[in-house]
Amino acid sequence: MSIRPSSLMIGTLLLLGAAVLALFVHAYSSTDNGLAARARLVGQLGLTDLALFTEARYTRHPSQADLHSAFQDHPMSLDHFPSGSLVSPPRHNFAPRTGVQQ
Amino acid sequence: MNTSFARQRYLMDFTLHSMLRRKGRNLVLFTVYCLVIFILASVMFFGQAIRQEAKTVLADAPEATVQNLVMGRHALINAKWVPVLQNVRGVRHAEGRLWGYYYDTVNGANYTVMVPPSKDAEHQLQPGEVIIGPGIVANRSLIRDKYLFLRANYGEIFRLKVKDRLSSDSALVSADLLLMSEPDFRKFFQLPDNVFTDIGLTIRNEREIPTIIGKIGVRVPGSRVVTRSDILRTYQSIFSWREGLLLALLGASIVAFVIFAFDKAAGLSGEERREIGILKAIGWETSDVLAMKFWEGALVSAGAFLLGLVLAYGHVFFFQAGLLEQVLKGWAVIYPDFHLKPHIEVLQVVTLAFFTVVPYTAATIIPIWRAAVTDPDAVMR
Repeated sequence: MSIRPSSLMIGTLLLLGAAVLALFVHAYSSTDNGLAARARLVGQLGLTDLALFTEARYTRHPSQADLHSAFQDHPMSLDHFPSGSLVSPPRHNFAPRTGVQQ
Repeated sequence: MNTSFARQRYLMDFTLHSMLRRKGRNLVLFTVYCLVIFILASVMFFGQAIRQEAKTVLADAPEATVQNLVMGRHALINAKWVPVLQNVRGVRHAEGRLWGYYYDTVNGANYTVMVPPSKDAEHQLQPGEVIIGPGIVANRSLIRDKYLFLRANYGEIFRLKVKDRLSSDSALVSADLLLMSEPDFRKFFQLPDNVFTDIGLTIRNEREIPTIIGKIGVRVPGSRVVTRSDILRTYQSIFSWREGLLLALLGASIVAFVIFAFDKAAGLSGEERREIGILKAIGWETSDVLAMKFWEGALVSAGAFLLGLVLAYGHVFFFQAGLLEQVLKGWAVIYPDFHLKPHIEVLQVVTLAFFTVVPYTAATIIPIWRAAVTDPDAVMR
């Protein structure tokens, strides 16, 4: 007796659904992949940023970057580092604070 | 209940046979759909995991750092401000921080050179010693496995003994770190004794931070304070759907998907119209035709969505988002080798499903409905 196509399809979808559920189980039960080690080093050394983009100083330390990073060398000196298009200027640069020169 | 289920199963059987007749077309459709979901889900998983990572890892970042600004640019800060900041009510401890960048001409990489703070006993260094991050270990050969030679910009060669290497587990925050003693740092960058890169503050009560910032603004003119919550907010906006290349990538995928769904919605092939006409002529109700086509859309989108999601998860969390690496790396020599802690949210998955599966299924139903309500004779002609 041949298998009905609908049985095959329902079986495949159930299998994929189970795989997606397994992703949730995996995500919630997985080990920290060195997260504790990273958090500890940040506390010890007082680090401020992730070392994700090491090509330019304002993408290596976006939280510490100054106000005109991408154009600071010349008014028409457009950002030429690829990661500049991935990292936006820090949000706090746009929020004026009382008493602090921005 | 059973009759209705059996009826739907027969419709599914019929739909699958009908789809098998157009094997090539449906396979291409499924692959494209799956690819769109894969790209969108990969970016979504990666962005969310990085934001989560930053939130956890940077929870112990300095509570506030005080920078000196000259002509709108970050400049060195005078050491005389350390006791001034120490005396601000609410500040527990103020310490000058020394850190900067070094471009290594040997391999074209940029390093972040830093002096460990005095409270960090584990990384204290004697002059002539350094501790290096995993990215430097991977990209720079050491002499006799323990000496690093660096050339200062005024020509002097520094021979530094590698005391230790930072664990590869910490690569995401330390890949390019080069820890150095304070005397070496000042000599290497020719810095006078009375300046720091910025000043790190430990604050007694986080709720007092806005008041303390106000006081610092008055006592240290020209300063700028970056707080821990600023840092965390910066990383919460990183890779958000509104930003930079990610927006372009998502935009391109969504536009491609809309064109693809619109093409599907805009017209049926002659063969499909003929099929609907014949079904109607042999007595199928409009609702049967709609149910059949609903199953066609639902099976393709559900299958492609689930498969795309599983593949994207594997790509980001088991293969370190290898396909995104080249985009993220840019021109940098050092790129951290990191494994993100897997993170997935129900809301994200539901949102992605809502913006892909629902429009696609709707796009397949509408033209079918238009054809199904027309007279069979007219449809077949």
